[in-house]
Amino acid sequence: MRLSYSADVKIIQVPCTGRVDILHLLNAVEDGADGVYVAGCLEGECHYIEGNLKARRKVAHVKKILTELGIEPERVEMYNLSSAQGARFAEIANEMAERIRALGPTPVKNHTAA
Amino acid sequence: MIVADRKSLEEILGMVADNKKILILGCKGCVTVCNVGGLKEVEILTSSLKIARKKAGNPIDIDIQVLERQCDTEYVAELGEAVNDYDSVISMACGVGPQFLSEMYKTQTFYPAVNTTFFGGATQHGVWEERCAGCGTCGIHMFGGLCPIARCAKSLLHGPCGGSSKGICEVNADTECIWDSIVKKKMEAGQLADLMGVRGLKDWTTARDGGPRRSIREELVQGNI
Ligand code: SF4
Ligand code: SF4
Repeated sequence: MRLSYSADVKIIQVPCTGRVDILHLLNAVEDGADGVYVAGCLEGECHYIEGNLKARRKVAHVKKILTELGIEPERVEMYNLSSAQGARFAEIANEMAERIRALGPTPVKNHTAA
Repeated sequence: MIVADRKSLEEILGMVADNKKILILGCKGCVTVCNVGGLKEVEILTSSLKIARKKAGNPIDIDIQVLERQCDTEYVAELGEAVNDYDSVISMACGVGPQFLSEMYKTQTFYPAVNTTFFGGATQHGVWEERCAGCGTCGIHMFGGLCPIARCAKSLLHGPCGGSSKGICEVNADTECIWDSIVKKKMEAGQLADLMGVRGLKDWTTARDGGPRRSIREELVQGNI
């Protein structure tokens, strides 16, 4: 199956989304990512029982921090899909790229000190 | 342990608004255990502040360090003169930390990043409750092991006030009336008579009412043990 998805998406592989930490998401935003999303397995189908549920809670916490900082929480998202859903993977990538395009570039810029 | 809550990002950002380079100092003691000022929380605060300042077009340099404890001069001394390389320092320890730091490094400014709240413990993951008010003369054994000084809103010592209703304290609908629990516990143990006597006046001079307290352990001061 050869599917194309937005070239704006950079993939970072983790053994399980349970490995994703609040700091991974925050540091990505800090380093200027326009958006970050976690693509976990379907809920109830985590190989490690609840890694994807933990990831969802971490995403929710990061959204809360971003809101506190006046940054659109939609820049961070959690998605669930199975490894057999290649078409859904491409769809999510495009959906997220589309969402970020609508939001515009991140307000977190690497300005040099004024 | 000493329990604390982190201040809002807005308040912390306001403290360091004019600073370009700061140090955020965690503590491996109580605040690590109550998940408010250990390495993880230091890193989250650091990233959050950096994001906010980049967004404002005024980036900030932040170094981090986590001391074994901020309430012991030997660990506070580890910072040394390097502490003056920063515009200011944010301490994530309980209120003791920024004070020990301020006493040792007199020209540096130390901001508290947490609000220190009480002595207590976790009753479930993420929930801490007050258990002791540090009155200096512990008598919990007289109350079925439940402290009415810390846990009764009025610190009553001779049974509940008239506001106790269905086990709930009149001061706060989310709080159990500890006197209700003390009486129930003593009744169940068949020891209600223990609560019937009139107690002598409690000596509050050992509590905060007697002013700041100091504990001197001669044998340690003299190096005997
Ligand atoms: S009686 Fe005093 S020392 Fe004992 S638990 Fe209560 S407040 Fe703390
Ligand atoms: S209702 Fe109970 S806990 Fe509350 S103030 Fe009265 S005696 Fe104390």
